[in-house]
Amino acid sequence: MSRRHPHGAGSGCLDPTVAVKSTFGAEFRRFSLERSKPGKFKEFYGLPQHVHKIPNVDILVSYADIHGDVLPINNDANYHKAVSAANPLLRIFIQKKEEADYSAFGTGTLIKKKNVLTKLFRPDKQRKKPHIVISMPQDFRPVSSIIDVDILPETHRRVRLYKYGTEEHLGFYIQDGSSVRVTPHGLEKVPGIFISRLVPGGLAQSTGLLAVNDEVLEVNGTEVSGKSLDQVADMMIANSHDLTITVRPANQRNNIIRKSQTSGSSG
Amino acid sequence: MRRFLRPGHDPARERLKRDLFQFNKTVEHGFPHQPSALGYSPSLRILAIGTRSGAIKLYGAPGVEFMGLHRENNAVVQIHFLPGQCQLVTLLDDNSLHLWSLKVKGGVSELQEDESFTLRGPPGAAPSATQITVVLPHSSCQLLYLGTESGSVFVVQLPAFRALEDQTISSDAVLQRLPEEVRHRRAFEMVEALQEHPRDPKQILIGYSRGLVVIWDLQGSCVLCHFLSSQQLENVCWQRDGHLIVSCHSDGSYCQWPVSSDTLQPEPLHSCVPYGPFPCKAITKIFWLTTKQGLPFTIFQGGMPRASYGDRHCISVIHNGQQTAFDFTSRVIDFTVLIEANPEAALDDPYALVVLAEEELVVIDLQTAGWPPVQPPYLASLHCSAITCSHHVSNIPLKLWERIIAAGSRQNTHFSTMEWPIDGGTSLAPAPPQRDLLLTGHEDGTVRFWDASGVCLRLLYKLSTVRVFLTDTDPNESLSAQGEDEWPPLRKVGSFDPYSDDPRLGIQKIFLCRYSGYLAVAGTAGQVLVLELNDEAAEHAVEQVEADLLQDQEGYRWKGHERLCARPGPVHFEPGFQPFVLVQCQPPAVVTSLALHSEWRLVAFGTSHGFGLFDHQQRRQVFVKCTLHPNDQLALEGPLSRVKSLKKSLRQSFRRIRRSRVSSRKRRPAGPPGEVQEGSSRAERTGLQNMELAPVQRKIEARSAEDSFTGFVRTLYFADTYLRDSSRHCPSLWAGTNGGTVYAFALRVPPAERRMDEPVRAEQAKEIQLMHRAPVVGILVLDGHSVPLPEPLEVAHDLSKSPDMQGSHQLLVVSEEQFKVFALPKVSARLKLKLTALEGSRVRRVSAARFGSCRAEDYGEHHLAVLTNLGDIQVVSLPLLKPQVRYSCIRREDVSGIASCVFTKYGQGFYLISPSEFERFSLSTKWLVEPRCLVDSAETKNHSRPRDGSGPEKASGKARNSGSQSDGEERRSGPVMEHALLNDERVLKEIQSTLEGDRGSCGDWRSQRVAVGYGLSNGGGCS
Repeated sequence: MSRRHPHGAGSGCLDPTVAVKSTFGAEFRRFSLERSKPGKFKEFYGLPQHVHKIPNVDILVSYADIHGDVLPINNDANYHKAVSAANPLLRIFIQKKEEADYSAFGTGTLIKKKNVLTKLFRPDKQRKKPHIVISMPQDFRPVSSIIDVDILPETHRRVRLYKYGTEEHLGFYIQDGSSVRVTPHGLEKVPGIFISRLVPGGLAQSTGLLAVNDEVLEVNGTEVSGKSLDQVADMMIANSHDLTITVRPANQRNNIIRKSQTSGSSG
Repeated sequence: MRRFLRPGHDPARERLKRDLFQFNKTVEHGFPHQPSALGYSPSLRILAIGTRSGAIKLYGAPGVEFMGLHRENNAVVQIHFLPGQCQLVTLLDDNSLHLWSLKVKGGVSELQEDESFTLRGPPGAAPSATQITVVLPHSSCQLLYLGTESGSVFVVQLPAFRALEDQTISSDAVLQRLPEEVRHRRAFEMVEALQEHPRDPKQILIGYSRGLVVIWDLQGSCVLCHFLSSQQLENVCWQRDGHLIVSCHSDGSYCQWPVSSDTLQPEPLHSCVPYGPFPCKAITKIFWLTTKQGLPFTIFQGGMPRASYGDRHCISVIHNGQQTAFDFTSRVIDFTVLIEANPEAALDDPYALVVLAEEELVVIDLQTAGWPPVQPPYLASLHCSAITCSHHVSNIPLKLWERIIAAGSRQNTHFSTMEWPIDGGTSLAPAPPQRDLLLTGHEDGTVRFWDASGVCLRLLYKLSTVRVFLTDTDPNESLSAQGEDEWPPLRKVGSFDPYSDDPRLGIQKIFLCRYSGYLAVAGTAGQVLVLELNDEAAEHAVEQVEADLLQDQEGYRWKGHERLCARPGPVHFEPGFQPFVLVQCQPPAVVTSLALHSEWRLVAFGTSHGFGLFDHQQRRQVFVKCTLHPNDQLALEGPLSRVKSLKKSLRQSFRRIRRSRVSSRKRRPAGPPGEVQEGSSRAERTGLQNMELAPVQRKIEARSAEDSFTGFVRTLYFADTYLRDSSRHCPSLWAGTNGGTVYAFALRVPPAERRMDEPVRAEQAKEIQLMHRAPVVGILVLDGHSVPLPEPLEVAHDLSKSPDMQGSHQLLVVSEEQFKVFALPKVSARLKLKLTALEGSRVRRVSAARFGSCRAEDYGEHHLAVLTNLGDIQVVSLPLLKPQVRYSCIRREDVSGIASCVFTKYGQGFYLISPSEFERFSLSTKWLVEPRCLVDSAETKNHSRPRDGSGPEKASGKARNSGSQSDGEERRSGPVMEHALLNDERVLKEIQSTLEGDRGSCGDWRSQRVAVGYGLSNGGGCS
């Protein structure tokens, strides 16, 4: 019952209503939406809860698009996209938020011969074949990425922070410190710039890619060695709309291990 | 992207750059910070001043200046010229002696350090044994007598500083040669005075602090005479003929002693306490000088009645029944009296008294009745009242120049007409090619006009805005306070007066139109005055207007100072700049930007709340615009500093508490209880030190519209350009804010014939929001040839080509972070240069300047001179925004130096290196104002004594300057003046550790100087 149904069950594309097949666990329900006036995501969100009789459970809604990809519905934009692209049946999948498995999302997830729902319910199976993971799907805008993995030493991490508008905060502090470098004369203590604090709820903290005591090595491609704290701070602020910083993480255990030549921007 | 921003390597362009740009620090104007010693050479007629940072500065005739810096950066304690020589010896507070000489190199004199020396005692002797208290250069110029704290007089040979141990005059040797009755008294202790016999170089006088004075025969090693006073000796003066000695003492008395070989121990001829009978302070130095009239001049420092006038800094002059106690505004460092230089002359005939006070140099004419002061042509006390802003105007038309000088000469009537008496050396610098004015605004509401054309920064005229306002103190009261029959006969001299009646009077912005003579000044309490130059005194009322910058914004409450209260009714104004309009901003926040257009008769002003435009022809407000962000509460709190400093001091005190707690807890377990107390106090000390070194955190946050002070108006600019469409140009006003917003207003100014009938209209035409929201620090419009638009009236006076109105105009907006060029009228972005994003430095000052070529007479280019927050100076090309050159100029820690910088229109600039000194620098190869002078001992009328056989050495020197010392000798440390201003070792170390990068650039700078040589100077006329 959880298998894919062939397309074309409904009539032509100009049908003013969209048939929705909602799957939650082992059960499914059907309802319909008006194609021209789908309404807001917030209003839609209540429908699956209602039809599956799980009114107070936080759910994660996803749908299968025409390419067979499982994509989330979590805002007005992708909701409208899902409704308008339904041909004519819109298949949606409901998961409880606490049980959600984000890794299921992504390119070609549905096309693959593997059953989506078996994957959803038995995530342990999935470990055998890891997927390329897209970041948190709460919002489809990228907030951060690790870049240039192939050209940087493994101990370094280049993080790009994307900032939209003025409503978000970058949310971190830097300060002077000293780090130890290997030089021809042995180990030497050199002054460095370090992340000293992350503001809770700020962009820097939410990415999980920056941490307190990470040493800042570069800002948008410019090395910071020899620059004062004020200079580095000013450089970061001047680049704040598209900030790329290269750090040496204080915690070196989560480094990306390169096996072979991977693509430049993984993650 | 960055690839294109790198300077190109086009060899032709590189060559041209060498012809156009070159960096030099040329002169230090003003009064040396923290002077500590004074020296004067009667034969060279040159004055020397030493400072606590180890600098020595020599001044002769106007334009003759030299500067040297001791490598040690220790305070200069004494300066002595070798008689008749171009050489001088300095004593530093680390007890080292240094020999400097003026040597001629390439036709100009140069000050160089030749030797240095530290007196060493015998092994095991106390350090005080060799602590030098007095230095006496012998007239033979080969020996130096050094009096010490131990009472011994050591002898060293010049110029190599070879100690002649066999000639040491120890106190024991003197004691043995004294009669019994003197010997039993402990008459010794340190040497306070050493003098050579005025006529006989074989005799010297030694004065010991306990009151014993002996005349010592150098050849016979015996005591010729001795004098014993009951009081502690302070100093001694030997009359010119050698027959009389005058000693001064710590109880405020002085004694005269006759010198004759027959009586071995004479009694004082005369002894008196000039300001007795109540206890007096010490007389620390005395001069007893003979005159033609027969009556001597007695000039002494101190001696005031301890209880009532003990806090005064006085020098008394007594002559012919007249007595005046000159009362100085700051501590007297030292003084000297200018007398007949020829040692053969029978009489002293003093003509001037030169007093070095802590904050100014005062010269008093002793020949003119009433002893009036002489106006110094240099060493001006720039900081008589603290400098709050400065403004430079290049190339002043002769007419305006003469009118300002005429107005100023009326203010200087109390000065003596005597020629400047310190006139040694010859200035070889060519006459300045143009007349430049530097205007400084001061905390007390005055504006001073300085002649900045040449090496000497001379005060031309002083404007006071105080009369317009009602202040607590009436200016007329303070002057006539002194009665006739007062005792002591005090007379205030000097201009240093750092106390401001009302901080709101402070001047913050100045704008002078050099063609019309209109001047606008704006101050701390939102006052904007428009002034006009009038050659006659006048009495008129100043029209008052209030500009409400908050307009319709509701619910704001200004918590800062109140606005100034204007004086009602007509006010009397001296000839000079007379105010006729007063605009008062409401709320009365400090005026942060000001622009004046003398052709359109408009003045624009901005504060942290908004900006306004005022028509001073019709005396009508054209418009006001509030720039305040609704959430910006801080802007309303009042003066910015208060908010910030409170926050900072709170944070610091918290940190201090936390630190001291932590460190004392750590210490506690160690040692017995007795030590704990001490340990914790020490811990507190270290805690305090740590507190200062505690790491500072910087928050990384994008600028947002809600940041504080985004509405702060940073820059205002008038331009006649294409604002609305590309076919018609119109007058416009541009304003840039702290939040990266640029407002453009189209103005309609009625034609001249209907100027009074129709109102000026303004309409907002454009608003640009820079994405990066950094403060806008400069706005400039470039004409069709990419040349900055000329100043108002410049074209009308045929001094500038009219701007190209055919091609398309471009708008240049300079923010703290980047330079951006927009096409007009569409305001579409053309190109930009990012500064902060790439280098981390921010623009502090920017100004367009014309750089002339040193090779081609009429070739010049317009570029931007930029000062960054790191103290670097860069030249950025127009209109392509390519960085041309970069020099490091100011230490990055020197925030006040960076804030004080002004650029001229021809690639020079000034910044404050101390509260009282401007450093002048030049970026141009063509415009270079620096001293070039020659001092030659042969040209002077002196005369080392023939019998010495040495004759005047043909020593002459070479000039300048600020540690230029470019001859590449290894002893030259190439010091930079500002470094010396920091005496604190810890701070220095800290700076050094953070400034690794600066080392290299400092070296670069020096090598540049070397390459420059002295062949270049002020180029020809401007084109």
